[in-house]
Amino acid sequence: MDLRFGDSKPTDEERAAVDALLGPPESSWEGADRSDADLRWARGGREARDRRDQLLPALHALNDRVGWISEGALDYVCRRLTVPPAEAYGVATFYAMFSVRPRPATVLHVCTDLACTAAGSGELCAAVEARLGPESGVKVERSPCLGLCERAPATLTIRAGHPARPALEGEAVQAEGGGPGAAAAGDGNGKGRRGRKALHATAVCAPATPDRAVTAATAPESAPTEPAPEAAVPQSGDPTLTLLSRIGTVDPTSLDDYRAHGGYTALRRAFALGPAAVIREVTDAGLVGRGGAAFPTGRKWQATAAQPDHPHYLVCNADESEPGTFKDRVLMEGDPYALVEAMTIAAYATGAHRGYLYLRGEYPRALARLTHAIEQARTRGLLGDDVLGQGYAFDIEIRRGAGAYICGEETALFNSIEGHRGEPRSKPPFPVEKGLFGKPTVENNVETLVNVLPILTMGAEAYAAIGTPTSTGPKLFCVSGSVARPGVYELPFGATLGELLTLAGVRDNLRAVLLGGAAGGFVRPDELDIPLTFEGTREAGTTLGSGVVMAFDDTVPLPRLLLRIAEFFRDESCGQCVPCRVGTVRQEEALHRIADRTGAAAADDIALLREVGRAMRDASICGLGQTAWNAVESAIDRLGAYE
Amino acid sequence: MTAIPLGVPRRLVEFTLDGQEARVPEGSTILDACRAAGKDVPTLCEGDTLTPKNACRVCVVDVEGARTLAPACSRKAEPGMVVRTDTERARHSRKVVLELLASSVDLSTTPSVAQWIKEYEAKPDRFGPDAARVDEEPRVDNDLYVRDYGKCILCYKCVDACGDQWQNSFAISVSGRGFDARISVEHDGPLTDSACVYCGNCIEVCPTGALSFKSEFDMRAAGTWDEERQTETTTVCAYCGVGCNLTLHVQDNEIVKVTSPHDNPVTHGNLCIKGRFGYQHVQNRD
Ligand SMILES: Cc1cc2nc3c(=O)[nH]c(=O)nc-3n(C[C@H](O)[C@H](O)[C@H](O)COP(=O)(O)O)c2cc1C
Ligand code: SF4
Ligand code: SF4
Ligand code: SF4
Ligand code: FES
Ligand code: FES
Repeated sequence: MDLRFGDSKPTDEERAAVDALLGPPESSWEGADRSDADLRWARGGREARDRRDQLLPALHALNDRVGWISEGALDYVCRRLTVPPAEAYGVATFYAMFSVRPRPATVLHVCTDLACTAAGSGELCAAVEARLGPESGVKVERSPCLGLCERAPATLTIRAGHPARPALEGEAVQAEGGGPGAAAAGDGNGKGRRGRKALHATAVCAPATPDRAVTAATAPESAPTEPAPEAAVPQSGDPTLTLLSRIGTVDPTSLDDYRAHGGYTALRRAFALGPAAVIREVTDAGLVGRGGAAFPTGRKWQATAAQPDHPHYLVCNADESEPGTFKDRVLMEGDPYALVEAMTIAAYATGAHRGYLYLRGEYPRALARLTHAIEQARTRGLLGDDVLGQGYAFDIEIRRGAGAYICGEETALFNSIEGHRGEPRSKPPFPVEKGLFGKPTVENNVETLVNVLPILTMGAEAYAAIGTPTSTGPKLFCVSGSVARPGVYELPFGATLGELLTLAGVRDNLRAVLLGGAAGGFVRPDELDIPLTFEGTREAGTTLGSGVVMAFDDTVPLPRLLLRIAEFFRDESCGQCVPCRVGTVRQEEALHRIADRTGAAAADDIALLREVGRAMRDASICGLGQTAWNAVESAIDRLGAYE
Repeated sequence: MTAIPLGVPRRLVEFTLDGQEARVPEGSTILDACRAAGKDVPTLCEGDTLTPKNACRVCVVDVEGARTLAPACSRKAEPGMVVRTDTERARHSRKVVLELLASSVDLSTTPSVAQWIKEYEAKPDRFGPDAARVDEEPRVDNDLYVRDYGKCILCYKCVDACGDQWQNSFAISVSGRGFDARISVEHDGPLTDSACVYCGNCIEVCPTGALSFKSEFDMRAAGTWDEERQTETTTVCAYCGVGCNLTLHVQDNEIVKVTSPHDNPVTHGNLCIKGRFGYQHVQNRD
């Protein structure tokens, strides 16, 4: 492949950002100016092709340091990695967190999704924009759900600049609670190694007021610390908790404390059992995927383990971009070692020696905590060439997403890691056969993986005794909206929706509950006896999805909510297939037309919505297009919206 | 002794197609089987020389037991499959897909679409006059070919032809996402600043006329393009020793564009810049 590059050159800053990730170029073929002597050597260029998967990290490196991706910078990355510039441009423009046009170093993402809209993020956004003005050097961007719905309305500030001294990352995590916290990746006094103030920093602000959001945007390095993860767990301290038991009681930055709280007993048991028996335990426990598709985990593991093709890969799906979902964030922030241990067990069982943790780009604290946990585990021989002295090699690499809900779809996620556009692949072939890098891959959700720990410590039988015969084990629910105590709840499968809402303190005048997230469906206040199980929700004509429960009282205008859902899917469609690319636009247009209409005046457009929705469900390539019409349909059929 | 290559014998897959037994060699798609059986299934993103991206979804068929419809162009026939090409469900999806496409881009130069729209009783107008369209000005930035993305259905054929399936130039890709996704070169610049080598293989595979010869574009603009009056003559390119087949499209004694036969086992319809665009010398009469 002969690649052609333009004449634009990277700035020193851009070059440094890329070199910090990829190392200095070995030969001029790797991106530097070509010298006569070097022209004869093309070796480096060819080698770099295997590093295509560094494309997304390289774009992050530029975005973190400079705030946007210039032509010269993109071309430099392409030279270093032997990626055609047209393709890299296609990748860079796919992700919402990147910009290929100049923009201020600081971007303030204001969530305008369901829970935040209901909590007044529209007014927040307007107030913040008015206060900051065009001279502030802050760009305000309306964002889809930031995964902080229990603290709506939420904002996230990302300021580009020279990164924190890497050695400080661990300290920053430990210093948390007092100082600026792990979320601000800069050092506390705002001074970098070169004495410059322009440090890369992030700040989460939720619940946000105009004041606090403006402070976080203008001085993210000294923004107030986020509340501890257990603040999102109203049941915290309850001795009956299984998945959430350590959150709030364990120090998420201390491997020793994790071990003192029972950490790594599950892995020891796994080694004692051997891979086949671990898979049998998981199968007998009846564990079903918690990422939304509800696929039996044991079957997936078995199918991957049995593939003759090697290597096998493990992917942890921590993309969590479904509006209303934040359970994986709380697990990763509050109990990061649990995920590291669970991934090690999953890899051991399925014969993988490398695991990728695909983490959504909007989770700075989860990133800091997991980075720290993985490093510590590696230092202590719990990851690496010889895990626990058992002769088993396994390591984990974190990959950051960059703002694309579709990358949570399992095959889109593979493409994203590989450095391609995050477009879903058509199935078959299925990931267990041809997944990441074309190899057998097992991909699981964070919560699914964390369930493996109690399965191994309590045994399949005891685990299967929790819940109902076909929905076994504990389940996490993300409750937000019109409730007194929003947060992550853990209940055995089989509790009813009403019981959950009572726990969360549902307010009067409940109008509707969105079950399963934007891809799920609405139910009425008189349907609260729906049992929260896979079979129970299916029977009731709805879905559990990823465990979202959003309550809306009658102050929330339903048509606006439905419009927001349509807008979400239109924004997040990858654009690959026609039913979804154009269908989501036509749905949004129809909902706009009937925003204030009911009855006969809305009938034509509702019929149109139904016809388009049906084709989207039947003919779209992936789950995004197939489910994009679910919530609106349920609002029309079950809630009588527009009647 | 002469060795006669027999090829690896392929097993036959037996399945049911519209209630009839169908037998196709292993690896065949449902579309292959449909065509062998003389069934008409509409296709847009499928191309005879490329691996289909199955993005248009106009070829969907009903596979018994499947939750969703399957793209006939890409789904391999499996033993025992029960496929129906003409159910109400499949027809409904095709109709809506045609409506969605026709309401969002200009399909006036896409062959067959008008006929399918009639056949499936698609009504692209029903999304109203304000339905969002890809309204882009044609990009005329060189003398050889024009990019008119207002006609593009994002079938990915040009991307594949320019990329690893044929040309290996990788000059074009898809940028942006969702409804804003567009075919573009690096940094969305003019073609002349890109890695394009002007082989024109992307024009060869474009099903909509979104990519077209400048000559054709100009004649259409002037109202003089008339395929009825054109003749096609296939000949051999005289520039180099490869000997590619050229099909000269001639109107009023002028070559108006050059294509290449897709069934040629050497070139599969691909040419280089000289064969594709270097025809002016033939008609220099001074
Ligand atoms: C559009 C779309 C977005 C998705 N997002 C997520 C996600 O954020 N997290 C997740 O775990 N699964 C997500 N999924 C489901 C995954 O594709 C996959 O089913 C899941 O990660 C498998 O893990 P599990 O078996 O443990 O549930 C998404 C699916 C689709 C279609
Ligand atoms: S359904 Fe939507 S998101 Fe999925 S492949 Fe098609 S266009 Fe992309
Ligand atoms: S320009 Fe033509 S070939 Fe390329 S994607 Fe668009 S319609 Fe397909
Ligand atoms: S088209 Fe190009 S490669 Fe083919 S014969 Fe002509 S000059 Fe040679
Ligand atoms: S964080 Fe705003 S809706 Fe989830
Ligand atoms: S022709 Fe099959 S999906 Fe386009």
